Amino acid sequence: MQVFAFYLFASIVLASGAFCIFARNPVHSVLWLILAFFNAAGLMVLVGAEFIAALLVIVYVGAVAVLFLFVVMMLDIDFAELRAGFMKHLPLGLLLALVLVVEIIFGVGTWQSSGMGEATAAVGPPAGAPSNIEQLGALLYTKYVFLFEAAGMILLVAMVGAIVLTHRNRGGVRKQNIADQVARRPEDATRNTQPEVGKGVEL
Amino acid sequence: MIGIEHYLVVSSILFVMGMLGIFLNRKNIIIILMAIELILLAVNLNFVAFSAFLGDMTGQIFAMFILTVAAGEAAIGLAILVIYFRQRGTIAVDDVNRMKG
Repeated sequence: MQVFAFYLFASIVLASGAFCIFARNPVHSVLWLILAFFNAAGLMVLVGAEFIAALLVIVYVGAVAVLFLFVVMMLDIDFAELRAGFMKHLPLGLLLALVLVVEIIFGVGTWQSSGMGEATAAVGPPAGAPSNIEQLGALLYTKYVFLFEAAGMILLVAMVGAIVLTHRNRGGVRKQNIADQVARRPEDATRNTQPEVGKGVEL
Repeated sequence: MIGIEHYLVVSSILFVMGMLGIFLNRKNIIIILMAIELILLAVNLNFVAFSAFLGDMTGQIFAMFILTVAAGEAAIGLAILVIYFRQRGTIAVDDVNRMKG
Protein backbone atom coordinates (compact mmCIF):
# COMPACT_ATOMS: atom_id res chain seq x y z
CA MET A 1 0.00 0.00 0.00
CA GLN A 2 2.77 2.40 0.92
CA VAL A 3 4.70 1.51 -2.20
CA PHE A 4 1.64 2.14 -4.33
CA ALA A 5 1.04 5.52 -2.65
CA PHE A 6 4.67 6.51 -3.09
CA TYR A 7 4.69 5.73 -6.79
CA LEU A 8 1.35 7.48 -7.28
CA PHE A 9 2.46 10.67 -5.55
CA ALA A 10 5.92 10.62 -7.11
CA SER A 11 4.67 10.13 -10.66
CA ILE A 12 2.05 12.86 -10.29
CA VAL A 13 4.52 15.31 -8.76
CA LEU A 14 6.99 14.75 -11.59
CA ALA A 15 4.33 14.91 -14.29
CA SER A 16 2.81 18.09 -12.94
CA GLY A 17 6.26 19.63 -12.57
CA ALA A 18 6.88 18.92 -16.24
CA PHE A 19 3.49 20.32 -17.24
CA CYS A 20 4.20 23.41 -15.14
CA ILE A 21 7.38 24.04 -17.10
CA PHE A 22 5.96 23.27 -20.54
CA ALA A 23 2.45 24.76 -20.28
CA ARG A 24 1.65 27.46 -22.82
CA ASN A 25 -0.62 29.40 -20.50
CA PRO A 26 0.95 30.65 -17.25
CA VAL A 27 -2.39 30.22 -15.45
CA HIS A 28 -2.23 26.53 -16.28
CA SER A 29 1.36 26.57 -15.07
CA VAL A 30 0.25 27.86 -11.68
CA LEU A 31 -2.44 25.20 -11.45
CA TRP A 32 0.05 22.44 -12.27
CA LEU A 33 2.35 23.90 -9.64
CA ILE A 34 -0.44 23.61 -7.08
CA LEU A 35 -0.94 19.95 -8.03
CA ALA A 36 2.79 19.37 -7.63
CA PHE A 37 2.71 20.91 -4.16
CA PHE A 38 -0.22 18.78 -3.08
CA ASN A 39 1.49 15.60 -4.19
CA ALA A 40 4.79 16.59 -2.61
CA ALA A 41 2.84 17.10 0.62
CA GLY A 42 1.51 13.57 0.15
CA LEU A 43 5.07 12.28 -0.22
CA MET A 44 6.01 14.04 3.00
CA VAL A 45 3.04 12.54 4.85
CA LEU A 46 4.27 9.10 3.74
CA VAL A 47 7.50 9.49 5.69
CA GLY A 48 5.73 10.86 8.74
CA ALA A 49 6.39 14.60 8.39
CA GLU A 50 2.78 15.68 8.74
CA PHE A 51 3.43 19.19 9.96
CA ILE A 52 5.72 20.12 7.08
CA ALA A 53 3.17 18.64 4.69
CA ALA A 54 0.38 20.73 6.21
CA LEU A 55 2.62 23.79 6.10
CA LEU A 56 3.39 23.12 2.46
CA VAL A 57 -0.29 23.06 1.58
CA ILE A 58 -1.10 26.10 3.72
CA VAL A 59 1.83 28.30 2.76
CA TYR A 60 2.44 27.29 -0.84
CA VAL A 61 -1.03 26.54 -2.07
CA GLY A 62 -2.82 29.00 0.18
CA ALA A 63 -0.48 31.95 -0.14
CA VAL A 64 2.27 31.70 -2.71
CA ALA A 65 0.30 30.05 -5.51
CA VAL A 66 -2.60 32.45 -5.02
CA LEU A 67 -0.11 35.34 -5.19
CA PHE A 68 1.22 33.94 -8.46
CA LEU A 69 -2.29 33.56 -9.78
CA PHE A 70 -3.12 37.16 -8.87
CA VAL A 71 -0.04 38.52 -10.61
CA VAL A 72 -0.49 36.37 -13.71
CA MET A 73 -4.10 37.42 -14.09
CA MET A 74 -3.59 41.09 -13.19
CA LEU A 75 -0.81 41.90 -15.60
CA ASP A 76 -1.72 42.15 -19.26
CA ILE A 77 1.14 40.24 -20.81
CA ASP A 78 1.66 38.94 -24.32
CA PHE A 79 2.75 35.42 -23.47
CA ALA A 80 3.16 34.26 -27.04
CA GLU A 81 5.99 36.70 -27.56
CA LEU A 82 7.71 35.50 -24.40
CA ARG A 83 7.87 31.94 -25.73
CA ALA A 84 9.89 32.94 -28.76
CA GLY A 85 13.16 31.19 -27.87
CA PHE A 86 11.48 28.15 -26.35
CA MET A 87 11.77 25.68 -29.20
CA LYS A 88 15.24 26.91 -30.06
CA HIS A 89 16.56 26.12 -26.60
CA LEU A 90 14.60 22.89 -26.21
CA PRO A 91 17.09 20.27 -27.56
CA LEU A 92 20.10 21.69 -25.72
CA GLY A 93 18.10 22.17 -22.54
CA LEU A 94 16.76 18.63 -22.59
CA LEU A 95 20.24 17.25 -23.25
CA LEU A 96 21.74 19.21 -20.35
CA ALA A 97 18.90 18.22 -18.03
CA LEU A 98 19.28 14.57 -18.99
CA VAL A 99 23.02 14.64 -18.37
CA LEU A 100 22.51 16.36 -15.01
CA VAL A 101 19.80 14.00 -13.79
CA VAL A 102 21.79 10.93 -14.82
CA GLU A 103 24.80 12.30 -12.97
CA ILE A 104 22.82 13.00 -9.82
CA ILE A 105 21.17 9.58 -9.84
CA PHE A 106 24.56 8.01 -10.45
CA GLY A 107 25.90 9.92 -7.45
CA VAL A 108 23.01 8.76 -5.28
CA GLY A 109 23.58 5.18 -6.41
CA THR A 110 27.28 5.38 -5.60
CA TRP A 111 26.54 6.89 -2.21
CA GLN A 112 24.03 4.15 -1.52
CA SER A 113 26.23 1.26 -2.64
CA SER A 114 29.33 2.55 -0.88
CA GLY A 115 27.71 1.88 2.47
CA MET A 116 27.42 5.48 3.62
CA GLY A 117 23.70 5.48 3.03
CA GLU A 118 22.86 2.31 4.86
CA ALA A 119 21.46 1.89 8.36
CA THR A 120 18.56 4.17 7.58
CA ALA A 121 15.79 4.00 10.10
CA ALA A 122 12.42 2.57 9.28
CA VAL A 123 9.75 4.95 8.03
CA GLY A 124 7.47 6.40 10.63
CA PRO A 125 8.03 7.13 14.28
CA PRO A 126 8.61 4.25 16.70
CA ALA A 127 5.72 3.21 18.90
CA GLY A 128 5.28 5.40 21.94
CA ALA A 129 7.20 8.35 20.50
CA PRO A 130 5.56 11.79 20.71
CA SER A 131 3.81 12.96 17.58
CA ASN A 132 5.61 14.73 14.80
CA ILE A 133 4.30 18.18 15.63
CA GLU A 134 5.11 17.70 19.32
CA GLN A 135 8.70 16.82 18.53
CA LEU A 136 8.98 19.74 16.13
CA GLY A 137 7.62 22.20 18.64
CA ALA A 138 9.88 20.94 21.40
CA LEU A 139 12.86 21.48 19.15
CA LEU A 140 11.74 24.72 17.54
CA TYR A 141 11.04 26.64 20.72
CA THR A 142 14.16 25.56 22.57
CA LYS A 143 17.18 24.87 20.44
CA TYR A 144 16.17 26.85 17.38
CA VAL A 145 14.25 29.68 18.99
CA PHE A 146 16.59 32.39 17.73
CA LEU A 147 16.45 31.01 14.20
CA PHE A 148 12.70 30.98 14.55
CA GLU A 149 12.73 34.67 15.51
CA ALA A 150 15.04 35.39 12.60
CA ALA A 151 12.60 33.67 10.26
CA GLY A 152 9.85 35.93 11.56
CA MET A 153 12.08 38.93 10.94
CA ILE A 154 12.71 37.77 7.38
CA LEU A 155 8.97 37.58 6.77
CA LEU A 156 8.51 41.07 8.21
CA VAL A 157 11.25 42.50 6.01
CA ALA A 158 9.79 40.74 2.97
CA MET A 159 6.35 42.16 3.71
CA VAL A 160 7.64 45.70 4.20
CA GLY A 161 9.81 45.39 1.12
CA ALA A 162 6.95 44.20 -1.08
CA ILE A 163 4.71 47.02 0.13
CA VAL A 164 7.40 49.67 -0.34
CA LEU A 165 8.24 48.39 -3.82
CA THR A 166 4.72 48.34 -5.15
CA HIS A 167 3.33 51.39 -3.37
CA ARG A 168 2.88 54.48 -5.50
CA ASN A 169 1.34 57.89 -5.05
CA ARG A 170 -1.35 58.50 -7.61
CA GLY A 171 -2.11 62.07 -8.67
CA GLY A 172 -5.62 63.49 -8.53
CA VAL A 173 -6.83 61.43 -5.62
CA ARG A 174 -8.69 63.13 -2.78
CA LYS A 175 -7.37 61.94 0.51
CA GLN A 176 -8.47 62.57 4.04
CA ASN A 177 -6.09 65.00 5.80
CA ILE A 178 -6.72 64.56 9.47
CA ALA A 179 -4.42 67.41 10.57
CA ASP A 180 -6.36 69.84 8.39
CA GLN A 181 -9.63 68.59 9.80
CA VAL A 182 -8.47 68.94 13.39
CA ALA A 183 -6.99 72.39 12.83
CA ARG A 184 -10.26 73.75 11.38
CA ARG A 185 -11.93 76.30 13.67
CA PRO A 186 -15.59 77.29 13.76
CA GLU A 187 -14.81 80.85 12.62
CA ASP A 188 -13.13 79.49 9.46
CA ALA A 189 -16.01 77.27 8.63
CA THR A 190 -19.12 79.29 9.46
CA ARG A 191 -20.32 82.78 8.81
CA ASN A 192 -23.08 84.78 10.43
CA THR A 193 -25.29 86.71 8.06
CA GLN A 194 -28.54 88.49 8.52
CA PRO A 195 -30.34 88.33 5.19
CA GLU A 196 -33.44 90.37 4.69
CA VAL A 197 -36.70 88.57 4.51
CA GLY A 198 -37.31 86.95 1.13
CA LYS A 199 -33.80 87.63 -0.23
CA GLY A 200 -32.15 84.34 0.58
CA VAL A 201 -28.47 83.89 1.14
CA GLU A 202 -25.62 83.75 -1.28
CA LEU A 203 -23.15 81.01 -0.70
CA MET B 1 9.90 -1.22 0.47
CA ILE B 2 10.50 2.43 -0.20
CA GLY B 3 13.99 3.53 0.76
CA ILE B 4 15.61 6.91 0.91
CA GLU B 5 17.08 6.51 -2.56
CA HIS B 6 13.57 6.60 -4.05
CA TYR B 7 13.02 9.98 -2.47
CA LEU B 8 16.43 11.20 -3.57
CA VAL B 9 15.73 10.21 -7.17
CA VAL B 10 12.33 11.92 -7.18
CA SER B 11 13.69 15.11 -5.70
CA SER B 12 16.69 15.18 -8.03
CA ILE B 13 14.43 14.79 -11.06
CA LEU B 14 12.24 17.60 -9.71
CA PHE B 15 15.31 19.76 -9.16
CA VAL B 16 16.57 19.24 -12.69
CA MET B 17 13.09 19.95 -14.00
CA GLY B 18 13.15 23.31 -12.26
CA MET B 19 16.53 24.10 -13.78
CA LEU B 20 15.23 23.08 -17.21
CA GLY B 21 12.30 25.44 -16.68
CA ILE B 22 14.64 28.35 -15.97
CA PHE B 23 16.70 27.44 -19.01
CA LEU B 24 13.78 27.12 -21.42
CA ASN B 25 11.58 30.01 -20.29
CA ARG B 26 14.34 32.49 -19.84
CA LYS B 27 12.21 35.39 -21.09
CA ASN B 28 9.20 34.78 -18.88
CA ILE B 29 10.06 35.74 -15.33
CA ILE B 30 6.82 34.32 -13.93
CA ILE B 31 7.71 30.82 -15.10
CA ILE B 32 11.25 31.37 -13.82
CA LEU B 33 9.89 32.17 -10.35
CA MET B 34 7.69 29.07 -10.49
CA ALA B 35 10.68 26.97 -11.50
CA ILE B 36 12.56 28.35 -8.49
CA GLU B 37 9.65 27.24 -6.34
CA LEU B 38 9.93 23.77 -7.87
CA ILE B 39 13.64 23.68 -7.06
CA LEU B 40 12.98 24.70 -3.47
CA LEU B 41 10.28 22.04 -3.26
CA ALA B 42 12.80 19.43 -4.38
CA VAL B 43 15.25 20.62 -1.74
CA ASN B 44 12.53 20.48 0.91
CA LEU B 45 11.63 16.96 -0.13
CA ASN B 46 15.26 15.98 0.24
CA PHE B 47 15.48 17.49 3.70
CA VAL B 48 12.30 15.83 4.89
CA ALA B 49 13.33 12.45 3.47
CA PHE B 50 16.72 12.56 5.16
CA SER B 51 15.13 13.79 8.38
CA ALA B 52 12.69 10.89 8.41
CA PHE B 53 15.11 8.16 7.40
CA LEU B 54 17.91 9.27 9.73
CA GLY B 55 15.52 9.88 12.63
CA ASP B 56 16.69 13.48 13.11
CA MET B 57 14.08 16.22 13.38
CA THR B 58 16.54 18.99 12.46
CA GLY B 59 15.89 18.40 8.78
CA GLN B 60 12.24 19.23 9.19
CA ILE B 61 13.09 22.41 11.12
CA PHE B 62 15.38 23.39 8.28
CA ALA B 63 12.66 22.63 5.73
CA MET B 64 10.40 25.02 7.62
CA PHE B 65 12.97 27.80 7.35
CA ILE B 66 13.37 27.11 3.65
CA LEU B 67 9.61 27.44 3.34
CA THR B 68 9.79 30.83 5.08
CA VAL B 69 12.52 32.11 2.83
CA ALA B 70 10.74 30.79 -0.26
CA ALA B 71 7.57 32.65 0.68
CA GLY B 72 9.50 35.89 1.22
CA GLU B 73 11.37 35.40 -2.04
CA ALA B 74 8.16 34.86 -3.99
CA ALA B 75 6.59 37.99 -2.49
CA ILE B 76 9.61 40.19 -3.25
CA GLY B 77 10.09 38.69 -6.70
CA LEU B 78 6.48 39.27 -7.68
CA ALA B 79 6.64 42.84 -6.31
CA ILE B 80 9.70 43.54 -8.46
CA LEU B 81 7.89 41.96 -11.41
CA VAL B 82 4.87 44.22 -10.89
CA ILE B 83 6.91 47.44 -10.77
CA TYR B 84 9.00 46.30 -13.73
CA PHE B 85 5.85 45.69 -15.74
CA ARG B 86 4.52 49.11 -14.70
CA GLN B 87 7.66 50.78 -16.03
CA ARG B 88 8.23 48.81 -19.21
CA GLY B 89 4.88 47.31 -20.17
CA THR B 90 6.45 43.88 -20.70
CA ILE B 91 8.12 41.25 -18.56
CA ALA B 92 10.71 40.04 -21.07
CA VAL B 93 13.73 39.78 -18.83
CA ASP B 94 16.32 38.37 -21.20
CA ASP B 95 17.62 41.86 -21.94
CA VAL B 96 17.22 43.69 -18.68
CA ASN B 97 19.93 46.33 -18.73
CA ARG B 98 18.35 49.34 -17.12
CA MET B 99 20.84 49.47 -14.28
CA LYS B 100 23.84 49.30 -16.65
CA GLY B 101 25.66 47.25 -14.07
